[in-house]
Amino acid sequence: MSTITFTPRPVAIGGAEAEVLRPPRWVDGNPALHDITDDIARPLEGKPGKGWWICFGIAFAALLNLGGMITWLIAKGIGVWGLNNSVGWAFDITNFVFWVGIGHAGTLISAILLLFRQQWRTSINRSAEAMTIFAVLCAAMFPGIHMGRPWDAFFIFPYPNMRGPLWVNFRSPLVWDVFAISTYLTISLVFWYLGMIPDLATLRDRAKGGIKKIAFRLLSLGWNGSHRTWARYEIVSLVLAGLATPLVLSVHSIVSMDFATSLIPGWHTTIFPPYFVAGAIYSGFGMVLTLLIITRQTMHLERYITLRHLDMMAKVTMLTGMIVSYAYLTEFFVAWYGGNIYEKYHFINRATGPYAWCFYLMVLCNVVTPQLLWTKKARTNVAFLFIVSIMVNIGMWFERFVIIVVSLHRAFLPSGWGMFYPTKIDIGILIGSFGLFFTCFLLFIRVLPMIAMWEIKGVVGHGAHKMALSDDEADKETAHA
Amino acid sequence: MREQSFIVATYSDADSLLRAVETVRSENFSVYDVFAPYPIHGLDHAMGVRRSRLPWVTFIIGMAALAGALVLQFYTAVLDWPLNVGGKPNNSTLAFLPVTFELTVLLGGLSTVAALFIKGRLYPGKKERLIAEGVTNNKFALVLRKKDASFDTRRARQLLEQSGADRVQEKEAEL
Repeated sequence: MSTITFTPRPVAIGGAEAEVLRPPRWVDGNPALHDITDDIARPLEGKPGKGWWICFGIAFAALLNLGGMITWLIAKGIGVWGLNNSVGWAFDITNFVFWVGIGHAGTLISAILLLFRQQWRTSINRSAEAMTIFAVLCAAMFPGIHMGRPWDAFFIFPYPNMRGPLWVNFRSPLVWDVFAISTYLTISLVFWYLGMIPDLATLRDRAKGGIKKIAFRLLSLGWNGSHRTWARYEIVSLVLAGLATPLVLSVHSIVSMDFATSLIPGWHTTIFPPYFVAGAIYSGFGMVLTLLIITRQTMHLERYITLRHLDMMAKVTMLTGMIVSYAYLTEFFVAWYGGNIYEKYHFINRATGPYAWCFYLMVLCNVVTPQLLWTKKARTNVAFLFIVSIMVNIGMWFERFVIIVVSLHRAFLPSGWGMFYPTKIDIGILIGSFGLFFTCFLLFIRVLPMIAMWEIKGVVGHGAHKMALSDDEADKETAHA
Repeated sequence: MREQSFIVATYSDADSLLRAVETVRSENFSVYDVFAPYPIHGLDHAMGVRRSRLPWVTFIIGMAALAGALVLQFYTAVLDWPLNVGGKPNNSTLAFLPVTFELTVLLGGLSTVAALFIKGRLYPGKKERLIAEGVTNNKFALVLRKKDASFDTRRARQLLEQSGADRVQEKEAEL
């Protein structure tokens, strides 16, 4: 009988001869593979805690309110909003742009950070993608209910018809929007689902029977962990990430063109596409922080969503916040330097007119707040970050409000000037959209794995990480854990 | 699919599995498949899996979508119903680019995922066939197929047993 010798694989060494940088660790402790499955699947198998029920109760009440408000809106027409001849777009389009922007951080985390091989995305990408989908759903609702005759909403798609045939106007950014938002929603949904298939199979194999087993079996498509499928799966994930990256940049660029291609002072500017994309990522990271801080506390997932994750997200928030601040400065500079009197008046009005308080609130939240994140102490203080994330969301909502309403209310002729005051229905629908968003998100964290188990298993120390540690270092860590 | 005979070795960690794959391959056994809870890096090379050609699907369908989107917009805006909008030319090709881009991404992405499902034979309602318990949780399985009489079962078992496997068993199964 011959003996087989196994040559030891070269192990990166911590020791005298070779110094290697320790790879960053994105999960606390050194959990075994089945611990990861247990930790992440447990919230789905037990009963939800009191915290979850309180959040869900509030969110669901807001959602019911949304249903009532929209019913009233459709029954009465959009006159129930505070719109008038001067300001024809207000809360509705502000909410639309705000929610589309929120979605962008999810795609940034799931696609762009995948291409850049940033491993810290693994704990947060699933919930960030879910956030994208729910945010885009909220966004898509607004142009629909703004139409006045939402039952004719399908007119926005080009299809052969008996009206001429009257096709949509492909030169209009509003039509581009239809394509951009529907593509974005579809691709995000597919990417999210594809990423979940292996985890759904894990849950299927854990389920003892009953409706859960049937549902997970249906959704996991017979996944059995075959490496030949894994190999294809990874390539397809990369391809989708490669497609989603330019897609996400295109979506908010196209949204910004709804404004930039018009002649209204304050809208008619070439800076809009990059400015909107940076703002979108900024607001999106604000929302990701809000959601993850809530979930890590209520679901007890501190081991997977660590302070280092929050630190990284705070850094991205700070960077994009500064890009946004720079864009504000550029707008003012160009208004002065460009010599267009309408443009100049618009910016004076923005800072001193009747809506100046919105402008200063926006500056406080989007220019001053990110500057508080320079110290590591601030970036790892959960309560402080939570407040910052709320400020970011408020600031970005007001940014869109300032761009849309302040530009419209005093455009060219003083005879066409007016004011916009929101009605109860305006405010109710805004609150209701948050209800829709949070209801979807809270249900998601109850029924689907909110952290990608298979991705965590891949990075957690049974691969690259463990090999980079010397044996006794790894033992020490295990003992410590 | 009919039942086939396999030798299945299960492991608790990916490193032993990877070494075992290298060993059995060096003795000219071909690896039927490996079942694992996550994609193991370096395993493609060790198993001799060819790089997937699925990106070609993205490319070809993406190009077709690009052409189709341009044709649709040109046909509707120039041939079928030319409409003067703000004095812009009927064939405003540049203005057609955003929609063209979106449709390229949409159809390219959807077709790639569809191709993955077809190649991986994944479809809703499929009953999972798990070769060993725990391969979607914390176990790794290395599977060799007994193709014909010339397959050296004794040697294969020996190699796998010495490779640090938790368990080696012979199984009749459909995969």
